[in-house]
Parts: sequence; C-alpha cells; structure tokens
Amino acid sequence: MAEFSTPTTEQEFQLNFAQLKPHMNRTEALYESSRCLFCFDAPCIKACPSGIDIPQFIRQINSGNDTGAARTIYEANYFGNACGKVCPTEVLCEGACVYNLQDVKPIEIGRLQSYATTKVIESGKKLFGPGEANGKSVAVIGAGPSGISAACELRALGYVVDVFEAKAQPSGLTVYGVAPYKITNEETLAEMDYLQAQFGYNVHFNSLINSREELIQLEEKYDAIFLGIGLGKTNELGLAGEDKINCTGAVEFIAELRQHHHEVAVGRKVIVLGGGNTAMDAASESSRLGAENVILAYRRGKEEMGAYEFEYDLAKGVGVQGLFNVAPVEIMGNGYVSGVKFIRTETKDGKVSEVAGSEFVEPCDMVIKATGQAKQTNFLSLIPGLKTDSKGRIVADAHTGQTTNPKYFASGDAWNGGAEVVNAAAEAKLTARGIHAYLSK
Amino acid sequence: MPDLSINFAGIKSPNPFWLASAPPTNSGYQVMKAFDAGWGGAVWKTLGVPVVNVSSRYGGVNYRDKRLVGFNNIELISDRPLADNLREIEEVKKRFPNHAVIASLMVQSRQEWHDIVRQSQDAGADGFELNFGCPHGMCERGMGSAVGQEPKVLQMIVEWVMEVAQKPVIVKLTPNISDITEPAMAARRGGADAISLINTIQSIVGVDLDKFAPYPIVDGKGTNGGYCGPAVKPIALNMVKNCAQHPDVRLPISGIGGIENWRDAVEHILLGASSVQVCTAAMHFGFGIIREMTSGLEQYMVEKGFQTIDQMVGKALPNVLHWEDLNMKYKVTANIHEDKCIGCQLCYTACEDGAHQAIKLNAGTRVPEIIEENCVGCNLCSLVCPVENCITMEQTDSGTQHLTWKERTEAGDIPVEFNDEKAGGRHHWVPEPAAALGKERHKTLPGKARVYAGETEVPADA
Repeated sequence: MAEFSTPTTEQEFQLNFAQLKPHMNRTEALYESSRCLFCFDAPCIKACPSGIDIPQFIRQINSGNDTGAARTIYEANYFGNACGKVCPTEVLCEGACVYNLQDVKPIEIGRLQSYATTKVIESGKKLFGPGEANGKSVAVIGAGPSGISAACELRALGYVVDVFEAKAQPSGLTVYGVAPYKITNEETLAEMDYLQAQFGYNVHFNSLINSREELIQLEEKYDAIFLGIGLGKTNELGLAGEDKINCTGAVEFIAELRQHHHEVAVGRKVIVLGGGNTAMDAASESSRLGAENVILAYRRGKEEMGAYEFEYDLAKGVGVQGLFNVAPVEIMGNGYVSGVKFIRTETKDGKVSEVAGSEFVEPCDMVIKATGQAKQTNFLSLIPGLKTDSKGRIVADAHTGQTTNPKYFASGDAWNGGAEVVNAAAEAKLTARGIHAYLSK
Repeated sequence: MPDLSINFAGIKSPNPFWLASAPPTNSGYQVMKAFDAGWGGAVWKTLGVPVVNVSSRYGGVNYRDKRLVGFNNIELISDRPLADNLREIEEVKKRFPNHAVIASLMVQSRQEWHDIVRQSQDAGADGFELNFGCPHGMCERGMGSAVGQEPKVLQMIVEWVMEVAQKPVIVKLTPNISDITEPAMAARRGGADAISLINTIQSIVGVDLDKFAPYPIVDGKGTNGGYCGPAVKPIALNMVKNCAQHPDVRLPISGIGGIENWRDAVEHILLGASSVQVCTAAMHFGFGIIREMTSGLEQYMVEKGFQTIDQMVGKALPNVLHWEDLNMKYKVTANIHEDKCIGCQLCYTACEDGAHQAIKLNAGTRVPEIIEENCVGCNLCSLVCPVENCITMEQTDSGTQHLTWKERTEAGDIPVEFNDEKAGGRHHWVPEPAAALGKERHKTLPGKARVYAGETEVPADA
C-alpha cells in the first residue's frame, strides 16, 4: 500500500511534501540558540564551505539582533536562506557540532539560519548595496547559485552586471532541482528578489547563450564573463528501450515537479536507477506523489551508494525499497515502459562485474534515471582556449576561478563537477574577487 | 523516616518550608491552598494600614532561554483591610492548627504596633515577622528598609512590639546595608526571638530599549524595585552565614533568598537557617513545587543520616573561614579527561583570555592540554566546561603542609613593597604582551575574511 495518496490539489501536495526544516518562531529560535556553546574556533564554521560565522549569528539571534544575524550570514553566503533549508547540514555544520560527541542533538543551525534570513527577507531591510560604480561590466551566464552569488559580489565591487539565464526563473537547481520538501518555490524566489533589490544586477530570463556569435557579442561588450552554467541533462545510459514513454531523467522529473506540483503524474510502480542524492530525492518524491511501489535500483551494495545516509533514511521513511547489486540491461515495454531487465552484479576488489545468466525483469510503469548529469561540453567548446579536465569539468585557477581563457571565469557545478548550493555560493564569491583582481590590474 | 518538623523559636510547623510574606500569602484562599499542597507555614502578606498599588508591578530578568532567574516587584504591603486579613488568618488556623501562620507587620507609631500585634494575636497568629526590609515605596514613608537600615530605630520598634507580644517575634532584615549583623544585633538587643533574611535587594531589573524606561513600566515611567529570585541566593547565603557565625547575634534564622528546590533550602540550612521561606519560585511555578522540595530534603536526610532538621542547621559553618585562615599550601590542578572532551575549547579560550594562559591547543586534535606549571588551580576551565566531570580539579600538593596568610603575616613572610620578591605571581610565567597579536591566527576564518584571504577551496572531487 502506498504511504501517500496521490495529491490532487495544491493543499494535498503541500501535506505530502511538508517542509523537512519548517520555520522556527521566535521562542524556538531563542531556545535553540541558547543551547549553542560558542565553541572556540568552532568546528561548524570549519565544516561550512562558505565559512559562515555560525556561533556569531547564533549569538546575535540569542540577543535579539536578528538583523545582525542575517548580515553575518549574507556576508559569507548570498544564498543564506536557501542554504539553511537545502544544505546537507547533517554532514556539514550540524554534523560537526561538538554536541554530537556527547550524543546530544546538535544545534539546528540550518533552521536558525533560515530563521534570521527569512525575517530580514520579509522585512525587506536593506543590508547591502552596490559599490561605487567602477565603469566596468561583467556578463554572468546562468542565474543559479554561482551566477547570482557572483552577481551580488561583483555589484558590491562596483561592476555593472548582466545575468543571462536560459530558464524563466532565477536560482537554478534551488528552484528547479531541489526536492520540494526542502524548500518552497516561494521562499526560493523571495530570496532572489531580495538580493536583486539589494544589489541591482540585471537578469535576462529565457536568454539561452549557445552560439559562438552570442559569445563574441558578450566578449566585446563586457570586461569579463562569468560561467555559472551548471550541468546539463541527465546522462544517457545507452540502454535499449531508453526512449520508451515514462522513462525519464531525474533532473527533468524534478524540474517538472518543482514547477507543476500535483499536476505531475507518477507511475504506480516506479523504478529509480542510481544511488546518489538525486536518486534518493526522485524516489522520495515518487512515493510522496502517491506511487504504490518505489524501487531504488543500484548497481553496487547499499554501503557504496554515493547518497548521504540521511537521504537514504528519508527515502526509506516514505516506503522506498532498495534493490542492490543490479545493473539495468534494457528498458522493457511496448511504447510505454513495462519493466526493467536487470542483471545481478557482484563487487570484487572494488570492481563491479555482472553475474552471467542472472537476468530478471522487474515490472514497473515508470523509470527515473538518476545516473548523473552530463557536462555542457558542446557549449564549453565554443569558448576559445577554454580547457576542461578528463571528467569534462572546467579547468580554472583554484583561488581566482580564472579559466584557461583569461576573460572567462567559472564557479559552481561546471567547475566542481556537481556539488551543493553552498559550494557554488562560496566559490562564486571567490571568483568574483578573482575577476576584480584581474580587472584591477 | 527523618522528621521534617521544626520548632522555630517556638513556632512549630510540619516542615521547614514557609511561604514568605508576599503576593502568594495575600489571602486565606492562597494560604489554605498552599497548606493543602504541603507547605509547612506561611508568613502573611504584610499587614498595616492598607495601601494602594500601581498597575504593572513585577519585572523579570531572563537569562538566555531561562525565564525569571531574577525577579523584582514594586508592589507594597497588603492593600486589603486589616479586618479581612485577620478574619482569614483565624479561619486558616482553625482548619490547619498545626501549620505555622505568621503575621508580617509594618506600621509606624508605638500605638499602631501595639494594636496590630494584639489584634493579630487574637486572630490566632503563631508569631510575628516585623517587616523592616521592604526597599521600595514603604521606605520612602519611613517604614520597611528605612527601619532596617537604622539599628537604633529598629531596636526601639522591636522593644515596642515586645511590650505586648505573647508569641515569638521575628525581625526581617534588609540586605540593603553594608553589614547585616548590625541590624541583627539590634534585633537581639530589642529582645526579638529570631531574625529572617534577606528581604529584597534594591534593583532595576532592566531597561526597555525602545521606551527608555526601567521595568516594570508604569505609564512610561518606572522606579527601583525589590530584587529576588534564584539570582539573589548567593547574597542571601552569605548574609545568613554572617548572622549565624556572629557571636553576638545568636538568634534562630529563617533563611530567605533564591530558594526554589530542596537543594537551595539545604544550603540555607547548612549555613545556619532553621526554617526557610520561599516566594519567587511559588510565584513562578505555583505551590506544587513543595512536593519536590520535601521529597528532596527527605531523601538527602536519609542519605546523610540526619534524623531532624536541627541536626543539619549550621553544619557547614565550621568550614566557612575568613580568607586569611585558608591553607595556602593546598594546590589543585586542572585535569582534562580526554575521553569525555567534546572539543568545544571553551576551557582554552577562558583560560587564555580570562585566567592564566595555562591551556594550550595542539595540532591535529581539538582536545586542549593543561600546562600544569601555569595552572594556578582557579577552577575556571572546570566551570565553563559543558561536559559533566570532563575537567576535574585534582589535588597536587602532598596534603601534609598547612600555612595561612595570617600565619605568614605573623611570621613576617608576606609581600609589603610594590615590587616585593614575595609577590605570589613573581615567578609565575606570563606571555610577553606582543605575543598576543596574531596568537589565534590558526582559527578558522569566517566566510568574508576567508574569501579575502583566498582560503576558500574548491572540492577536489565532488
């Protein structure tokens, strides 16, 4: 029996996709912030890729200075509100909290963070503004976490910034790729509106850049170009039957879900292929959309999955079943998906091999491939002199983000290969400084 | 089973827990409810010429998420007609003949004192408590702490009361004075049977940052009030001790100040109190707290083998000395139990910035290390450590030597000049001043500084 009934209205959708980290009220924030020990050289700061001064903002919340707390957060990370909600805090700041060593519940840093940022976003209080105009301009390609973060930092440094975004909304995967129970579209976009109002960068939506000619125009008009392009579509598996109806990529499935909520149809029996965090999300989401059975199929053992343990626990918690040591061979079906033919695998000395003659068919009516996103190699090849590594990641200076084409700088998934929002936000700040150093020479 | 009952200067009650004269004892209704809940006695809200109160009367001190660690009030004595109070005292005594009902009194003239003592006596009060402590409002009219601060006046009024009192007389002392034993001795000279302390401390509990006015606010203004609650216990304990140890006081003491559980009560008793009074805790949590107090006290007495409260009274007094009589040869050193340490490093930063730079950090671990030769045994690290028994103070002297400041003084072995070789810190290592600069450069830089310092790292393989 399904854990969830299929949501048919927005209200039912909200119930099935209730926020994992709901907003704190003032009382809860006071109680939670009171528990913080104010560690010396706090491990939580160290564990935060954007290095937010966590004990400082928690102390500010505790003393009733919520605005100051928000400033502390945003000074380190322009996606402060989003990160409070979508960061894998269990393995970052909260995982590093010293309370864990005492088997005491760690401080709910993520929720405290969003408490402070939400308050300032709702109030519209001005905390930051553009720096004195320096007469130079930068084009930012992509309005995701890295692009918007770079835009904020560059504006603070006095640059005119134009952001070019292929889609209709800013924040990238925050609004198109994160599970709906981690953050709502409204709060994601509210933070984007807040940042734009503070810094005043221009965003051109539905403006895909994908030709050499367009790049030439940018190169001529702008002093530098920031690449915040992220990753592309879900990787093709090269399996027979992959084109069957109801065989979809996880990234595409989640983007649909974020935009259309309960209007997205899910199969009755769904097989999710993959063992990463996106696979966990897609499986959880299928279950919350009312699928009766959701199977998570992974080619190695349970322990070898790339997903965080808490993400797998979340999926298990909504009835997802694991099917391990199986590799898909073929998507079965006549037009529509009717099942997946798997072959059993075994792992010896870290190498996966198929067990001959162990094929079997697991019936289903939907397949979601969560097997990684492709790199945007075609687009990157349009940039002269720009190098990528063997995995298709942009090669750039670790401290300035400058690529092998000196006019281009990079941050985020296209550079790091695919990481968290917080990584993109932190890198973009660094790269913006790199651009500034380059253009100030 | 230990016997919790007491005979306090002739006032008997089934246990040593009395409600102090305050809002919880404003009416017979409240006192009956309290006795029903298990309280042993009640000191009635002060009787006198009824007052008129203001609206907005209490202010609180919150610490982080803890409410009312301190409390103050600008309420005055009873605003109810004397006859109503006396009638209710009579009714309570009829229903609870074995519980202590003490009439707290505050009037001005000798005649008034005589009248109110006689009338309270007739109503059946088991004793009197003379309110010479109230530090707000009443003192402006020459009563309350205005009396408690003038030993001669205090003595005179006690003498007036003793002229007619046939029941034990307790004098309630104000802490708003330099030496509490002076009014205590005046009370004894006047013939009082006991003292109770402390009354509230003159205070402003806080200032409204938007209205620029002190709490509690009355129409945009405020006034100083009387401070009480858990925060005042240390002050009360010291004053109880002072009175208990003074050779010329020698009166039973009813301990008041910051008592909200059995542990607080035992502390008061060990320092010389033979009954205890509670107000703030009852105002905060209701009369139900008495169950924890009596059961905790009972359990403690069973564990320590005390049969009666009397056996415990003043038990800690022989161990409270003057500073000059402490053993200077005794030495403790901090000890960090690594297996318990969670690496918050509060001990490090506390010792480094607030004490004697006797804790260091080592690369590769978050567990700090004690620099034994620098440790003066101040306890600070063990006080800030959030883990129970993680930092212990261990005795490191041989335990065989004993030398006090007094003895050193008598032997002429103390520093007397500004740069005396005998200075205690003379050979204690302190770092060079400039070593402070950049000392903590190893600390993780928070976000903004990290970007400027170019320390943000791109994940090698995400």
